[in-house]
Amino acid sequence: MSGFPILSTMVLLPLIAAVVSVFLNDKSARWLALGTTLVLFVMGVQLWAGYQMDGAQWQFVEKAPIFGAFSWALGIDGIALMLIVLSVFLMPICILASWDAIEKRVPEYMAAFLLMESLMIGVFSAQDLLLFYIFFEAGLIPMYLIIGIWGGADRIYASYKFFLYTLAGSVLMLIAMLWMVNEAGTTDIPTLMNTDFPVEAQHWLWLAFFASFAVKMPMWPVHTWLPDAHVQAPTAGSVILAGVLLKMGGYGFVRFSLPMFPQASADLVWIVFGLSMVAVVYTSLVALVQSDMKKLIAYSSVAHMAFVTIGLFTFNRQGIEGALVVMLAHGLVAAALFLCVGVIYDRLHTREIDRYGGLANNMPYYALFFMLFTMASVGLPGLANFVGEFLALVGAYKANSWVAAVATTGIILGAAYMLYLYRRVAFGESKNADAAAMPDLNAREWLALAPIALATIWMGVYPESFMAPMRKDVGVLLARIEKAAPAGDAHLTAGKPQVKKDAHGGHPAEAAKGAHH
Amino acid sequence: MSFMSSFVLTLPEVILSAGAIALMLVAAFAGDKAEGLCRWVAIALLAAAGMASFHHAGEAFDGLYRADDFSLYAKLLIYVAAAISLLLSPKFFSHEDRPRAEYPVLILLATVGMGMMVSAVDLLTLYVGIELNSLSAYVLASFIRKDERAAEAGLKYFVLGALASGILLYGMSLLYGFSGTTHYAGLAKAMADGVNMGELFGLVFVMAGLAFKISAVPFHMWTPDVYEGAPTPVTTFFASAPKVAGMAMLARMTTGALGPAAAQWQQILIFMALASVILGAVGAMGQTNIKRLLAYSSINNVGFALVGLAAGTPDGVSATMTYMAVYVVMTLGSFACVLHMRDANGHYVEDIASLAGLSRNNKALAAGFAILMFSLAGIPPLLGFWPKLLVFFAATKAGLFPLAIIAALGSVVGAYYYLKIIKTMYFDDPAPAYAPAHSYAESGVVAVSAVLLVGGYLLIPVLSAASAAAAGALF
Repeated sequence: MSGFPILSTMVLLPLIAAVVSVFLNDKSARWLALGTTLVLFVMGVQLWAGYQMDGAQWQFVEKAPIFGAFSWALGIDGIALMLIVLSVFLMPICILASWDAIEKRVPEYMAAFLLMESLMIGVFSAQDLLLFYIFFEAGLIPMYLIIGIWGGADRIYASYKFFLYTLAGSVLMLIAMLWMVNEAGTTDIPTLMNTDFPVEAQHWLWLAFFASFAVKMPMWPVHTWLPDAHVQAPTAGSVILAGVLLKMGGYGFVRFSLPMFPQASADLVWIVFGLSMVAVVYTSLVALVQSDMKKLIAYSSVAHMAFVTIGLFTFNRQGIEGALVVMLAHGLVAAALFLCVGVIYDRLHTREIDRYGGLANNMPYYALFFMLFTMASVGLPGLANFVGEFLALVGAYKANSWVAAVATTGIILGAAYMLYLYRRVAFGESKNADAAAMPDLNAREWLALAPIALATIWMGVYPESFMAPMRKDVGVLLARIEKAAPAGDAHLTAGKPQVKKDAHGGHPAEAAKGAHH
Repeated sequence: MSFMSSFVLTLPEVILSAGAIALMLVAAFAGDKAEGLCRWVAIALLAAAGMASFHHAGEAFDGLYRADDFSLYAKLLIYVAAAISLLLSPKFFSHEDRPRAEYPVLILLATVGMGMMVSAVDLLTLYVGIELNSLSAYVLASFIRKDERAAEAGLKYFVLGALASGILLYGMSLLYGFSGTTHYAGLAKAMADGVNMGELFGLVFVMAGLAFKISAVPFHMWTPDVYEGAPTPVTTFFASAPKVAGMAMLARMTTGALGPAAAQWQQILIFMALASVILGAVGAMGQTNIKRLLAYSSINNVGFALVGLAAGTPDGVSATMTYMAVYVVMTLGSFACVLHMRDANGHYVEDIASLAGLSRNNKALAAGFAILMFSLAGIPPLLGFWPKLLVFFAATKAGLFPLAIIAALGSVVGAYYYLKIIKTMYFDDPAPAYAPAHSYAESGVVAVSAVLLVGGYLLIPVLSAASAAAAGALF
């Protein structure tokens, strides 16, 4: 397995398929896209299976210096692995979701999605700074086209906004990258992750990277492109946007901001916490009053992403692992929620919440799935989001109890807006005849929703499968940033179980019981 | 150095001049029937001149002219751009006017002038080169006599160009007066122990005159009008080859003759770079004519190329030369797309609105145009990103952070109008379809440039080595 360049194959295969797809007719383009994404999913699973959790930090490494100034260097650690698995898992579902919904220019649509997949895998596996930037930026092109060609009524405004916002953030990062390359003399990401830049420079570099990742994430107040993009994008576009593209921001923080500029991350953590706190409360309140389903979920995404940023910058294991799990969980749940919206949008062609109501009557299975994902989004224990949000909050409490307190209100508000949405859509009497006449899920929609539902439950019940590959890498990251970690305000002290007094050396729990008696 | 070796060094110019004169005679006697012959001979001459420029070994005619890696690089680009402008011309002229045999002759003469510009290491050689190029260009701009816009473009170009030449010449005379020499090395020696007031004035005037030739802000005003009015193949030529020549002569002038005055010209270049980037981007936004838009785009691109030059380092010059190479590819491709824009009756149209929905009427052309536009906007993975990266890299390396940051943000503003074209082609409802493509040359140039921009990263090692060698020749 070691000799086979699996990552390059995963980047290039969809690229080739994208080019081929342009020349096909509608039907074969659909099947080609589905086939390719399924093959990639299998390869992703293979990647997961072949990843050695106690092995080297970087695995499946490939390096070919074909570009002169920088090289085609790929390789993944556990964090990248999980994000790649998430991407390849969602892609076939996206294709299924667009099977009938996309009627015009199908080959080009499928090509754009395949191109997107290639670039996403590239972003998560790039080990060269410039290569990373190229993948990171190139994603703008297919997404711009997806929103602009197949989007809703106001798609042009949304596509511009998406493109220019993200581009503006990224060019600052580019200048910072160039400075780093000049200073460190290498474009190799693993080397840069262990390079100590001067503290003064770190602040500027951190801010430049922050500009890019905060837009991508998105963080308040540069989140405004997201609701527009989500609302206008076709269902599958929203799925991939919420499921994977937003994760690039979080991935950037883990891969660049924290390990490369630990001191700046510690010094400027107040920016992250401040903006995230605002985001949690403000965007949750905004979500509460939305009348457009997609907009509501988009704002909820911003709130959930704030948990990610809070967790990442806690400088402790719980926080960072929690943030990573939120990224994965939100990738599944938000994607599924957008699919749920897509299901009824395909039937009634409106996203107005008031046009629906009482869907539980005529679409029971749909209501069941929608309920599951609503609960997951709310953070119900046993489902994916709970694990991550709980850990992130524990971490936040260790770092700053105020942040934890404010962030926790986000959970409550989250329950409010999601349950309110669910009640209005699924419960009660059927208000509209056309909504009441909608048929339940068809086989294709089952195929799209059921795998995500299973994954959501799996992640909620046994998160270890997903956390284990990332554990070692979080450890490496912590070792790197520990010396800069700001002091927490929680004054946690280790408890003193009075075990040692027990002379018999029995089971500690029993011994404690004994002491009580 | 003997006359013979000087002659051999200047062989590219000799070939082109002699060829141009011979072709002029052919044109005069055979008339426009000989246009095809003239064109192909001219292209062959350009190829021959390109091969002849590989022989380079130093200075000719007592230091008036220099052939080195730098001039080789610039000349090859110029010759390729000129040859492709020639290839793109016949269909347009046969439709709008009639193909004239003088056209290839004028292109050749302009090319000789540009060759002199990039090889000049003496103010007078430089001036002669500039004027030879400019005079041919004035005629080319108004080449379609019946067309009022072309006549206006030519007149405007001439009046403003003459003014710029005057400014340039005045600056040169000041430099000569205060340093006692017109030779670059001599000028550098004279300034080595400080720049006096007279030399400083000379420098400013020279820079102003040169800025006009590369249409850098604030001497850009002629560009949109001339680009719009001139026949499209001529605009293609104006936007590609003379820009390379202008940038190359500026690089040779600043690093050579004005080397010791770097602190002085750096300020000027930084200002021109930023002003060009920003004004080029903002000015393009409201344009409805594709040629005017591309004119602003070329102002914008010149700004980016100047960012590299402003760094004043070998890296910076090398970045600028890479930029010009990629810029030439993108410009030629874009104008070849513009030449495809013909309504159902075959008339050439220039308004952007007519591109609406092109992606449905003509998939291939729309895809090619979109690649070119994304590349001009500097979005990776297209090749247009690479030279932008290099100039920013050179600027940050030289410590010019504000320059790099503002220019980078300017590229975001610039992205808007390139996106506008893509939006028109891909998102809007179809306008009436264009007449089918009628020239292999036009379609071929679009295809080749698009392929180069998509797969160009594999050429980076070659391009970098060539640019570095070119820049190395200056330092």
